[in-house]
Order: sequence, then C-alpha cells, then structure tokens
Amino acid sequence: MSEEKKLFKVTIDNITVDVEPGTTILNAARMIGGEVTPPAMCYYSKLKNSGGKCRTCLVEVAAGSTADPRPMPKLVASCRTTVMDGMIVKNITSERVLDARAGVVEFLLLNHPLDCPICDQAGECHLQDLSYEHGKEGTRYEFKRRTFKKHDLGEYIQLHMTRCILCYRCVFTADQLTNKRVHGVLDRGDHAEIATYIEKSLDNDFIGNVIDVCPVGALTDKTFRFKNRVWFTKPVDAHRDCSKCCGEVQLWMRGDEVFRVTARKDEWGEVKDSTKGGPGWICNECRFEKKDAKDWTIDGPTQVNRHSVISQGHYVNVVKPKETLPDVMGGRGPKLLMNIHTVSEVNRPEIELSKIQGPAHSDDFKNSLDNGK
Amino acid sequence: MGVKLLLEKAHVEGIRSYEVYRREGGYRAVEKALKTMSPDAVTEEVKKSGLRGRGGAGFPSGMKWSFLAKPEGVPRHLVCNADESEPGTFKDRYLMEFLPHLLIEGLIVSSFALGSNATYIYIRGEYAWIPDILEQAIAEAKANGWLGKNILGSGFDCEIYVQRGAGAYICGEETALIESLEGKRGNPRIKPPFPAVKGVWDRPTVVNNVETLAAVVPIINMGGEEYAKIGVGRSTGTKLISACGNINKPGVYEIDMTISVEEFIYSDEYCGGIKNGKRLKACIPGGSSVPILPANLLLKTAKGETRYMNYESLSDGGFATGSMMGSGGFIVLDEDQCVVKNTYTLARFYRHESCGQCSPCREGTGWMEKILKNIDMGKGKMSDIDLLWDIQRKIEGNTICPLGDAAAWPVAAAIRHFRDEFEWHVKNPQECLTRNYGLAHYADPLVIPA
Repeated sequence: MSEEKKLFKVTIDNITVDVEPGTTILNAARMIGGEVTPPAMCYYSKLKNSGGKCRTCLVEVAAGSTADPRPMPKLVASCRTTVMDGMIVKNITSERVLDARAGVVEFLLLNHPLDCPICDQAGECHLQDLSYEHGKEGTRYEFKRRTFKKHDLGEYIQLHMTRCILCYRCVFTADQLTNKRVHGVLDRGDHAEIATYIEKSLDNDFIGNVIDVCPVGALTDKTFRFKNRVWFTKPVDAHRDCSKCCGEVQLWMRGDEVFRVTARKDEWGEVKDSTKGGPGWICNECRFEKKDAKDWTIDGPTQVNRHSVISQGHYVNVVKPKETLPDVMGGRGPKLLMNIHTVSEVNRPEIELSKIQGPAHSDDFKNSLDNGK
Repeated sequence: MGVKLLLEKAHVEGIRSYEVYRREGGYRAVEKALKTMSPDAVTEEVKKSGLRGRGGAGFPSGMKWSFLAKPEGVPRHLVCNADESEPGTFKDRYLMEFLPHLLIEGLIVSSFALGSNATYIYIRGEYAWIPDILEQAIAEAKANGWLGKNILGSGFDCEIYVQRGAGAYICGEETALIESLEGKRGNPRIKPPFPAVKGVWDRPTVVNNVETLAAVVPIINMGGEEYAKIGVGRSTGTKLISACGNINKPGVYEIDMTISVEEFIYSDEYCGGIKNGKRLKACIPGGSSVPILPANLLLKTAKGETRYMNYESLSDGGFATGSMMGSGGFIVLDEDQCVVKNTYTLARFYRHESCGQCSPCREGTGWMEKILKNIDMGKGKMSDIDLLWDIQRKIEGNTICPLGDAAAWPVAAAIRHFRDEFEWHVKNPQECLTRNYGLAHYADPLVIPA
C-alpha cells in the first residue's frame, strides 16, 4: 500500500462525506447525490475552466474549515470552490441559497423564449428541469424578450441564440476538443451572443459535441430537428469501431429506426467516460452519418436515472414483484366476474356480421335473431 | 490650505517634459529606492504609510504587495490600472495627462519593490491621446537611464509598456484587465486563484491604480511614517477627488482627508459652492457605483456628527445611512436634478457595460434599466419600485465580479433615500415629464430626522 492520502471531511446539509483534497463542493455534493446536489447549468466536469458563470450552484459556506471556522460572507459558486477540511456547507437547508437560486432561475428565464412545446431539447433540457424544481410559476418581466435569428453553423448544427443562456460550454468544447475554435461570444451584456465571426460554418470532426454539452435548445442537431420528441424515442447503448473516436454512443430509436446518435451521458447530463478511458466524446461521423441500426452493435437499453421525462417510457429497472397472484389473493386464482360471450348480444358467432347493413347495433342482433327464428 | 503631494508641481510650466520634472526634484524616489533600499524595504515603507488602493475598494496597498507570490524562476509583473471608466471619475486622466513622469517614477519604484521587469500600463481606449504622452515620457525616462537594463547600476532591469484597451468599463476589474491585456475577451476571471498568485500569463501579478502608484513617490521621498501622519485614522495621505456636477468649480482636487464634506463643497478652495446659487439635493461621493446620499445625510452622519472626506467617515452608517469613498468621483446634484433619471442613466451604463458572463448581472442590469426607464417616462407602477428593490438584492453579492454590486448599489440607495420621488413619478405620470420633484425633506438646511 502506498501512503494513505489525507481525506477532507466536508458536511453538506448535515451529511458528512470524505473527499480528496482539491475536490469542489459541487463534486462532493454529487458524491452524496439527491437533493443535496446543487443544480449546475454551466459547469461541465469534462471541460476545463467551465463553471462559475450561471450562479445556480451558489451555496452558503457556514464554516470555512476546522482551522478557520469563519463563515464566508458571500454565497459561493460550489462548482469553483474547493473544499477545506471541516467545511460546513448549506445548500437546501439555507434560506439565503434558495432565495438566491430562485432569483438566478428568474434571471435565466428572463430572456428565454419558453418555447418548450416546439423545442427539440424539451424533455432533456436542464433549464426546463431547473425551472420546474427551483423556479416560480409566473414571471415579473413585462418587457419584450431578446430574440435572434436562427443561424446554421454548417451542415449539421443549428444555433438558436434566443434560447441560449451563455454558459460558454460550447466555447470550451471547441477550445478543448478541436484544433481551432471558430465560434465564440461576441458583444457583451444581455446582447452578447454565441456566433461565428462573419457566418463561418463549424466543420471539425468533433464539433458535434457542442450539441451534447448545450444545456438548452440553443445548439441542436439538424439531422434530428423536429423528427421526434425525445421521450418517444428509446435510448440504447451501442458501439462501432471508429477510427476517430471511442465509438461508444447512445442511439435514440423508435422501432428499428435510429433517430439520433449522442454520446453516452451520466446522471448529471454530462458525457460519460468511455471504456477506453477519457471522456467519451464522439465524432461527427458517428453522430450524424450512421443513422442505421445496421451500423451499430447494440449493447442494450440505456439506464436512464435522470428524473426527466425520458425515463418515463422505459421498462428498465422495473422491479418484478416477488409474490404471485394466488399469494396475494389468499390462495384463490384469478376469476372471471362474468363471461361476456354468454351475456352480450353482440358477440354471437352465429350471426354473419357482413350481412348487416350499416354499423352494427344490438337491435340488429335482436332483429336478425328474431327473423331467423 | 491642504497638503499637496501629487499635484504639488502640477502647475509648473512644462512639467510634462523630463527636464522640467527632473529640475523640480523628479526621480529622487527612484534614486533613493534603487541606491539605498532593498525591494522589501520599499514594500515596508508602503505598508507603514497606510496607503490604501485609490481605485475604489480602498484595500491597503502594502498588504496587497506582500501577498504577491514569489516562486523561484517565475517572472512577476506589475500592472498599472489606467482603465478609469467609472462615471464621474477623471483623476487618473489628469495625473497621466499633466504629470506623466510622476506615474512613470512611481511605476519604476513599485516595479523595483515587486521585482517586475516588465510593467504594463493598461489604459482605456477612450483616452486616445494619453498613451502618446505616456510613451513620450517612457522614452525620455529610458533615454536618461531610468528604464532599461541595470538601472542606476543596481542590477535591476525594467521596461514599461503601454497597452490600450478597447473601451470597456469591465476591463477596470483587475482580472478582466489581465484577460484583456493577454489579448482575450475581457471577462473577469473566477477567483481564486487571485492575481497575486496567477495573474498575467499565469504569473504572479499586482494590479494597482494610477493614483496609488503615483502616491508611492511621495511615500519613498518622505518616508512611510511621515506620509501616515497626513490624514486621519486609517485614511492616510492625500486623495485626488474629481468633483463634477452642479458646482461652481468642477475639477480635480487633492485633499488630505481631514476636511469636511461641507467645506469641500462650499469652500472657494475646492468646489466653490452649488452653481447658480441653488441648493444641494444629493451627492454621489465616490464615483457612480457608490450609494447616493441626500444632502442631510451627506453633510452630517446619522448620529449628527460632521461627515469628513475620508474612507471611514464617508462610509459611516454602512449602506443604510452612509456611502463610500470609492474612486473619488464626487458628483453633486442640485435641487433641479431628478434622482429617478439619474438612477436610470446609471442603470443604462451598467447594462451596457456588463460583460454578460454571469446571469444575475447580465439579465438583472437590463431588467432594472427597463423598469427605471418606464418609471422615468411616467409609465411605471407602484409595484415596480419593490420589484427593483428585489432585483438589486438578487444581483448584489451573487456575481463573479464587483460590477454586479456596482450596478445594484446606486439603485438600492436611490430607492432607500428617495422612495418618495419614485412614488411621485408613478403617481404623476404627466407631471413628471414636465417638472422635477424638487428638494422635498432631504434638503441641506433641514434637520436630520432622529
């Protein structure tokens, strides 16, 4: 055994967890999971330097550390604040945090069009989840919302800035996965926008990953737009041999038809690590070109344990009851209450239905029987 | 007559040129520091002087310098923040335009103390003519051996570079300034790490305001302890105040922080009273982002004591009844000014200058501007006032950088002190377009409510 690493004890909402030094509060909370985990719209564990911008993950630090137990005066962004030994963090137990978070949700939705019924991201949208969980039912904003024209960023990706929350994830993705970034944030303030400089197209083998990292419906897959609602499709894990990427994907199928291909995602909506190591980013070829079940080796249904509507249509993880029906019914088997064949006049095999003019009615049966007699 | 340290020679003919500046005793601080002192001794003098950052936050400069990480083999940098964009503040412009050598001298001494071989002046794009003045001064200093390799045989090398910004208020925030200096989009960085550990090109960096660095010159010349004797309490030395608004003599004044606000406004030595014999209504004492104060709270604190022009006295009473020294942009409003319109103008500024990185500031500043515009145009509702209060409360403290706070404070203070004026605007939608609310109960000669 190599020398034992000193672990830091951090208490989040009265739950204590041991984490390695250098862990952020958010990641420590994710180890606990459940409601204790602050929501995160801009932080993406697989992207360096991401986070700190959306302010939804604000938490209160009630005690900085064992050595210096003073509380931090301001709420801190949990995704960018590292834990100290003995730190006490309040998330859902802090009124201040809940109040600030409701404010942030309101700010994020201020200029958001809320066009979920026609948005392809609906059902797997982090902003949708966030507003259901932390938002208020109404808005106090009475002005015109900021709108932009839709932009085609090349063959595969469409940008609808109106829905963007400026999380910068796609900028970091392009910085860290591709050799040259051609899109970024232009302008500033509430008129800032994600754009390419003079309408360039994004054409890099890995640029399709910006669709996966986008928390809202700002960057959408043009090969999937308006083809289906995500909750009607069933995600299955599949793989193929790809020379460019790990080739491990999630197929979103309906029947035998592959509607779209995405990278595999974990419970936080982030790209999973591939079995070959490293984040499982996928290339444009796998994502956009291989839309046939034949192209893929299917591994089995994806386990969706996010609380979104996508998990509603799934029968994975359904617990089969151990008791049989006779057990429950005290030894009796199921019994028919009445035999409909003997009761109904409609279900008489001796009557030729094709002989009846117009829609069948019980009177027809009566009449034909009477006539027959 | 107050003590003058920075602007003492400002009116000497030709002080902008090296020869005159040197004849008037310039560059003595460099000689003293480089020949007789160690870098740590210079830092120690600055610590002793009690000099506080003149950019707005008022953080003790000596302490900031001592935080600078000094890892082996990693270059360190000093950056001079000349991105003075706070509405109402123009003291640095004056200093750079008329006394460029004072800044250069301060920069050389400070660079020596911090071990910065490459020092940068980041200047805002709108000061289009000043970089030329500074570059001229740098060239003169270099020609006379005050810059370059092995200055005065001390073995210390230093170069000063002037970098122009493209005109953004946010680039005055030190980490946004560093990003911009590196050639990136001027978005504030998320702290920690602080610039003292990872600044320009991930090297330890100190960012100081122009006036702070210029103040290092008198500190070295007279000694930190002597400097600390000027002023009062923790407000040591002199401060440049850029006074503007409805006063008889707008301009940049050097004060020693012992005079009262009343004296500053009404004495002939400084502002010379309110213009056209009007009465004082309100004042923003430290640049646009600090809370506005009505006249009764400006001249006297809530306890009834005289308010002085220094860090402690101006912030007496907290934000409930006080304000801040800030950057020294002293904006005076007379009885004819409309606080609602003033607040709307400021909100418009902050909306325009928000970098858009974090959501509360990006969306909140725009929202506040729109509501304030409605109230100003007589289209407001009573509930809008409470809504504004709630919005500013949700921005303040929840953003990456202080711009969010700076945008929230003026709105908060205006509602706190001038709520009746906002209500009057809502109740009189027609009348508010044609006349101002006037002085009301917060005018200057009135007694302070207990």
